[in-house]
Amino acid sequence: MKFKSVFDIIGPVMIGPSSSHTAGAARIGRVARDLFGRQPEWAKVHLYGSFAETYKGHSTDVAIIGGLLDYDTFDERIKTSFEEAEKAGMSYEFIPETGHVDHPNTARIVIGDHESEMSMMGISIGGGKIEITELNGFPLRLSGNHPAILVVHEDRSGCIANVANCLYKYDINIGHMEVSRKERGHMALMVIEVDQNVDKEVMDELKKLPNITQVTRIAD
Amino acid sequence: MEALFRNVRELVERAENEQKLISEIMIEQEILMTDRSREDIMIQMDRNLTVMEEAVEKGLKGVHSVSGLTGGDAVLLQAYREKGNTLSGDLLIDAVSKAVATNEVNAAMGTICATPTAGSAGVVPGTLFAVQNKLNPTREQMIRYLFTAGAFGFVVANNASISGAAGGCQAEVGSAAGMASAAIIEMAGGTPQQSSEAFAITMKNMLGLVCDPVAGLVEVPCVKRNAMGAANAVVAADMALAGVTSRIPCDEVIGAMFEIGQSMPSALRETAKGGLAATPTGKWLESKIFGGAVVGSGQ
Repeated sequence: MKFKSVFDIIGPVMIGPSSSHTAGAARIGRVARDLFGRQPEWAKVHLYGSFAETYKGHSTDVAIIGGLLDYDTFDERIKTSFEEAEKAGMSYEFIPETGHVDHPNTARIVIGDHESEMSMMGISIGGGKIEITELNGFPLRLSGNHPAILVVHEDRSGCIANVANCLYKYDINIGHMEVSRKERGHMALMVIEVDQNVDKEVMDELKKLPNITQVTRIAD
Repeated sequence: MEALFRNVRELVERAENEQKLISEIMIEQEILMTDRSREDIMIQMDRNLTVMEEAVEKGLKGVHSVSGLTGGDAVLLQAYREKGNTLSGDLLIDAVSKAVATNEVNAAMGTICATPTAGSAGVVPGTLFAVQNKLNPTREQMIRYLFTAGAFGFVVANNASISGAAGGCQAEVGSAAGMASAAIIEMAGGTPQQSSEAFAITMKNMLGLVCDPVAGLVEVPCVKRNAMGAANAVVAADMALAGVTSRIPCDEVIGAMFEIGQSMPSALRETAKGGLAATPTGKWLESKIFGGAVVGSGQ
C-alpha cells in the first residue's frame, strides 16, 4: 500500500498552496540539509517536469530553500525563506531543466560549502510524501512508504554489522536494506527501511560507530 | 502489515459486522499499522482540527494571495449569508464560505491541513464547521469526522489517486467531496452503508473534473471548485440520508475515477497547459503575474 496512515490523507499541516509542490518540496530540501549535516553556504536547485513548469506559482522554490534552512512543512518562515537564506549567508540558484525524468515532480539539489559538496535527487509523490532517488551518484530505491535511515560510511568490514546490531538493541526491525558503493574501500551507503520512526538517541549512537560519516533519517 | 480494509466494501462490512463506526475502524487500523497509541493518534487529529479551525477563522476575516487572483470571497459569502436570505439555504452557503475561506488561506500561503491535498483542503473543514452548527457534535465527534473522511480517502489514495497531476481535479476535490459526504453521514447518525452511498453519489458527480490551474497557481479555479465540492458533499449526504442509493457500487465509482484519470491528457493534469489555464484570459493572467509575452487578451 502506498499510503498506510490516516495522517497521509488528513495532513500534513503545512504552509500552502500545494502538498506535492510546496510541502513535498520543503521535505526534499530538508532531507538534503540533513544528509549534508549542516547549513550549506550555497545551493543549486535543478527542477524537472511539473516542478520546472510551475515552481514559481506553487512556491516550490521558496519551499525548497525553507527545507534547506531546516524548516518543517508548517513553519511560517517558509514564506520569507529567500530573505532568511540571505541572513543565514546561503546563496541559491534555480535551474529549470527540460531533460526527461521518470517522475513529474523531480528536483536535484546540489549543495555545498568550503569543505565539501553533495548532490541529491528527490521526487514528490503526492500529499506531501517524498522519495529520495539518488545521493552523490548512488541510486537509491527509497519507497517512501516507511521511515528510513541513510548511513554514509567507509567501505570497511563490520560497518553493516555494527549498524544492524545497534538497531537490534533498540528493537528496531529492518524491513528492507541495500548497500551500495562506488569503488571498493571508499565511500559506501546503507539505505535501511525500518518499521517505526527512529528517535534521536538511536541516531546519536549510530553516528558514534566507527567509520560512519553521516547518518540521517527520513521520518514517515 | 495487513490493513483492516482495502476497499469501501470491506470497510463497510467490518463496521457493520463489528457494530462500530467507520471512524472507529480507521482509528483501530491506524493503531495497528503505525504501532502508536490511541491517545497519540487522537491528539494528532485534534491538532489537525485546530489548524482547520484557525484557517477558517483567518479566511473569514479576509486574506489575499500574492498574485491577487484570489481572496475576499469568503467574506462576501458570509456577509450574504448573514442577511438571512440565501437561495440555497443557510447551511449550504455556510459550508461553501468556509471551504472558500480555507482555500483562500492556502492560496495566500497560510497554514492549512491538507485533506487530502492542499488544493482540496477546504471541502472537509468547510462542511464540518457548517454541519457543526446544525448537529452540535462533541469535540470527539468532530475529530471522528476527520477519521471517517480519512478512511474513505485512504481507500481512494491506495486504489486510485488523490493527486491532480496524476488523476485530475476529480482525484483531489472529487475525493475531498466524497470524503466529506461520508463523514457528514456518520455525524448525522446515518449508517456505514449510507456513508458509502453518499461517497459514491458525490464522486460520480465529480468524475471527469480536470486539473487546469491558471498560471499554475492553486487559485483559479481551485478555490471555487472547493466551494462546489462542499455543496456537492452536503447535497449527496442529504440524498443518502433520504435513502437514495448509488446504482454503481462505491468501489467501482472509485475505479472509474482512476480509469478516467489515466486517460486524461497531461495538458489537463496540473501542467497549466490546458483547460481554463489555456484560455486567453488564463494566459493573459499568467503573463501578467510572471512576465513574458502577452499571448491573450485580458479584461
